[in-house]
Amino acid sequence: MKPGSIAIVGAAETTELGLIPDVSQIGLHADAALNALADCGLSPKDIDGVATAGESPTAIAHYLGITPTWVDGTAVGGCSFMLHVRHAAAAINEGLCTTVLITHGESGRSRVGAGGWNVARQSLQGQFEAPYGPMGPPSTFTIPVLRYMKEFGLTHEQLAMVAVVQREWAAKNPRATMKDPITVEDVLNSRMIAYPFRLLQCCLVTDGGGALIVTSADRARDFPTKPVYVIGTGESVETPMISQMEDFTTSKAFRVSGKKAFEEAGISHDDVDHLMIYDAFAHLPIYGLEDLGFVGRGEAGQFIWEGNTRPGGKLPLNTNGGGLSYMHSGMYGMYALQESVRQMRGIAPAQVPDAKISVCHGVGGMFGASGTIIMANERP
Amino acid sequence: MAETRKILPAPTPETQAFWDGMKAGELRLQRCLDPHCAHVYFPPRPFCPGCGSRQVEWFASSGRGTLYSYVINERPAPGFEAEAPYAIAVVQLDEGPRMMTNLVDVEQTPEALQLDMPLEVTFVEASSEVTLPKFRPAGGAR
Repeated sequence: MKPGSIAIVGAAETTELGLIPDVSQIGLHADAALNALADCGLSPKDIDGVATAGESPTAIAHYLGITPTWVDGTAVGGCSFMLHVRHAAAAINEGLCTTVLITHGESGRSRVGAGGWNVARQSLQGQFEAPYGPMGPPSTFTIPVLRYMKEFGLTHEQLAMVAVVQREWAAKNPRATMKDPITVEDVLNSRMIAYPFRLLQCCLVTDGGGALIVTSADRARDFPTKPVYVIGTGESVETPMISQMEDFTTSKAFRVSGKKAFEEAGISHDDVDHLMIYDAFAHLPIYGLEDLGFVGRGEAGQFIWEGNTRPGGKLPLNTNGGGLSYMHSGMYGMYALQESVRQMRGIAPAQVPDAKISVCHGVGGMFGASGTIIMANERP
Repeated sequence: MAETRKILPAPTPETQAFWDGMKAGELRLQRCLDPHCAHVYFPPRPFCPGCGSRQVEWFASSGRGTLYSYVINERPAPGFEAEAPYAIAVVQLDEGPRMMTNLVDVEQTPEALQLDMPLEVTFVEASSEVTLPKFRPAGGAR
């Protein structure tokens, strides 16, 4: 993608976040979509491209009354929306469509109109992982971290500090689910979920949604909102089975996706003012900081411990409070993108002063996939 | 057996030999017959993921390995209620591949479960059709 050729002109989350028992999953998609359309003064008739995950683009287009000339149903987990932005940029530049709506909605807690978590017994996961009793992401996504702790000496206290720092950000955000300050001791005294992970090191489970509207940068000035420019994009996948991840101390998908996005944007790490790293569990920001190249291997735990990512630190990270404290519906990537957009518009609740470049990095599945979007507040 | 609520594997034609091996008391892996590749791999497939060659063969592994990583799960999956908390582990096999498993004949505690401890396979009958590979601390000298 040519850096700056594409802009995000509409962005919004669902009207409510958290516990929404009176709206179904597709209803959350639609609520977020209508809010994003209102944000930039468009109606469904103005949309000619639809991308989504969790529901099919067919279902979303029909529900909203859109007749698209381009759709993308890429569904690789919580970072799918990063991939949708990347694919939308390519499609718009190629002339396949002009104005893309990307939607997410998930009844993660209330489970209204939501699908199940069935593993097919004949799939490779069904044959070679599920028989050993993993109970969803809390006891699967977490398996690599003991290896990382042994290799690099990451301590339980450092892993706990990730949650403490993100709560500091959440305290500044009125829409965050959890806002009360916590300490390392609180984290280490919270209920054990899957050793070494305790409750406060695991993401929330909430209801919500979000939507983005993407178009060419040349059209961006026609909209009422401050455009946010896409300057770099990356994506990759590694494995659907956590046990088959190449190295338990680093994500290949993270490294490939991040490198691609930084190369495309033509920026260095020193240029980055704001960073989002999808935090389904407390070890994710640690792997992300290293695999994106912000710190060296084995250094991220100490980097966070020293306060570099907290409010006032040199690298503001997960400034909405993250999946650990803001919200996490299941596929959190959309909320990370929303926060990057807010930071680049200059309207975030915990606004980073003078932020010009934001890196937004997502994970899909359990270290299965990755997508990276780099945004700027000015056209390069 | 009282384990019917657990998810039990359903073999496909590509994995049948692995599950047949379980019943025969063998932990079978596959290797590439191309001498320049010779990659040993898991989970099963009828071609080499290292080079794409279809010239591959099954063989009985040593069943030995080391503990690569794990969690101790407090929220049991269906059918695992009586076992919680239990370790969900990944074993590094001596031949190269890794696989998920459970650990038996050892306390399910961080103190008892040290990374890189030597392990050996044991064959656990999960139903009349399915035997699963689980691992226990290796006995004797290695």
